[in-house]
Amino acid sequence: MKEVLINLLYIVSAILFIFGIKWLGNADTARRGNRISSVGMLLAVIATLLYGGLDWKLVAGGVLLGSVIGLVVAARVKMTGMPELVALFNGFGGLASLLVGAAEYHKFHHAGAQSYVSSLAAQTGVTVPLAFAVIAISLTILVGGITFTGSLVAWAKLSEKMSGRPMVFAGQKTLNIALLTASIAGATALGAQPAASWSAGLVIGLVAASLLIGILMTLPIGGGDMPVVISLLNAFSGVAAALAGFIILNNVLVVAGCLVGASGMILTFIMCKAMNRSIGNVLFGGFGAIAGKQKASTGEMRPASVEDAYYVLEAARSVVIIPGYGMAVAQAQHAVKELALMLENNGTEVRFAIHPVAGRMPGHMNVLLAEADVPYEQLQEMEPVNAIMPTVDVAIVIGANDVVNPAALDDPASPIFGMPIIHAHEAHTIYCLKRGKGTGFSGLENALFYHPNTRMLYGDAKATVSALAAEFGK
Amino acid sequence: MELAPLLLLLFAFTLAVFLGFELIAKVPSQLHTPLMSGSNAISGITVVGALLALAANEPPLARWIGFAAVVLATINVVGGYAITDRMLAMFKKKEKP
Repeated sequence: MKEVLINLLYIVSAILFIFGIKWLGNADTARRGNRISSVGMLLAVIATLLYGGLDWKLVAGGVLLGSVIGLVVAARVKMTGMPELVALFNGFGGLASLLVGAAEYHKFHHAGAQSYVSSLAAQTGVTVPLAFAVIAISLTILVGGITFTGSLVAWAKLSEKMSGRPMVFAGQKTLNIALLTASIAGATALGAQPAASWSAGLVIGLVAASLLIGILMTLPIGGGDMPVVISLLNAFSGVAAALAGFIILNNVLVVAGCLVGASGMILTFIMCKAMNRSIGNVLFGGFGAIAGKQKASTGEMRPASVEDAYYVLEAARSVVIIPGYGMAVAQAQHAVKELALMLENNGTEVRFAIHPVAGRMPGHMNVLLAEADVPYEQLQEMEPVNAIMPTVDVAIVIGANDVVNPAALDDPASPIFGMPIIHAHEAHTIYCLKRGKGTGFSGLENALFYHPNTRMLYGDAKATVSALAAEFGK
Repeated sequence: MELAPLLLLLFAFTLAVFLGFELIAKVPSQLHTPLMSGSNAISGITVVGALLALAANEPPLARWIGFAAVVLATINVVGGYAITDRMLAMFKKKEKP
C-alpha cells in the first residue's frame, strides 16, 4: 500500500517536472515553470522519505547542510559568474550520482548478493537480476564521474582559474577511446561475475577511469565552446541520475533524469547549430589549437579616444550595441544601459544585437542586460539586425570577439569559417571596446579589428562606457 | 528473474526521451540560460537515490557515502532552483516602463 502511494506521488512529481520544463521555455511562464518544478522536487523527496527506515539524523543533516550551502551560494553569486556556478552545481549532481552508485555497490559487497537483492526487492516489490543492478551501478559511476570532473574542468576554464585554450597532446583521442572501452569492458565483467573477489578493485578502477575520462574529454575543448560543453554535461548529469534510477528501480529518477538528459541533448544541438559546427567537431576538434594557417590580417588596429567616439555617436541616428563576454567580465551592463539611455535622449535609435552564443552560456547576455533593466524590445536576435546593419551609423562592440569576426564569412581557412556572425563590419563606423591588443578567449585574430572603418577603444569596458555616457552628460 | 518491471522502466525511459526532445525544440535563445540552469536543478533528482542509500540498517560506510551524496545533490537542487529564480526575476520586472 505504501509503495502505491509513493509511486502515485512520483507520478505527480514527474508531471510537475514536465510542466516545469515546458513553462521554462516561454518568457511569460518561465518563473512559474521553475517554481512548479521545485514543488515537484519537494514532492519527490517527501515521497521518498515515506519509505521510512532511514537514518533520520543523516537525512536531516544532509538536507539542511546542502540547502544552506546552495541558498547562500545562489544568493551571493554575481550574475556574471553564473555560467561557472551552473557548471559547478552540475558537477555536484554528477558526483552525487557517482556516490549513489558507490553506496549501492558497497551495500551489495558488504551484505552479499542474496541479501542485497532481497533488500532491494523489499523496497521496490520487484526482484531484479543481480547482473542488471551491478551493470547499472557501473554505468552510474561511469557517467557520474565523467560529469563531475568534466564540469570541474569547465568551471576552471570559465572562471579563468585555468587557461581557456584547448589542451591537446598526441594520442589523446586514442587514450580516451581506450579508457572508455576498458570501462565498458569492466562494467560487463562486473555484470558477468558480480561476486568475484576482484570486483571491489574493479569498481575502484572504474571510479578512477571515469574521473580521468571527464578531465581528458574537456581539456581539449576551447573556452569559446564552453556553452556547448555545459549543456552536454547537464545532459550527462541527467543520464547519470536516470541510471541511478535503474539500480534501485525508481520511476521518478528514471523519468526526471531522462527528461533532463534529452532536453540537454537537444539544447546542445541547437547551440552547435548556432555555431554551424557539429557536436563531433566541438568535442574532438581541438578548436583553435591549430592556429596560424588562417589569413594574416593586413593593416593595423586604429585606436581612438573617447572624445572622438562621442562626436561620432552624438551625430549618429542609429546605433547597434553588440555585447560579448567582455561586458560580463567588466560588469559593464549597468553602464551600457546608461549609455543607451543617453543616446536615446539624444534622439538616436538604439538596438542591442545578441548573438546566440555570445558570452559563456547561451542567453548569457540577455540575463545581464535584463539585470540592468534594458527593455526587452531593444534586445534583437542576429538575423533581423544583420538585415539592417548596412544602414546603421555606429556599431559598438563591447567585449565581443568571434561573434563579429568577418573571417567567419570570407576566410575558408579560419576555424570559425561558416559560423553565422553579426555583421558589425557593415556599419558605417565600428567602435570596438577591448581590454588590450591580445587575441580573445578562443585565441583567434579578429579581422574586424583591422577593418578600415573600425576604431579601437582600449581599456576597461565599464570605464570606457561610463566615460562615453559622461560626455553626453556634459 | 522478473524482466517485465525492467521493461516497463525502459518503456518509461524511452518515452521520456521523446518528451524531453519535444519540450525543448522551440525555445527562444534568451531563455537558454535559465532553461539550462532550471533543468540542471532537476538533475539533482539523484537526491532521491542518495536518500535511499541512508537506510538505517545499511553498513556505516554506505551511509556516509550516501550522506555526502545527499549534501551534494541538495546543493545542486536548492542552489539550482534559487539561482534560476533569481535570473527569471530579472526577466520579469521589465514588463511595462
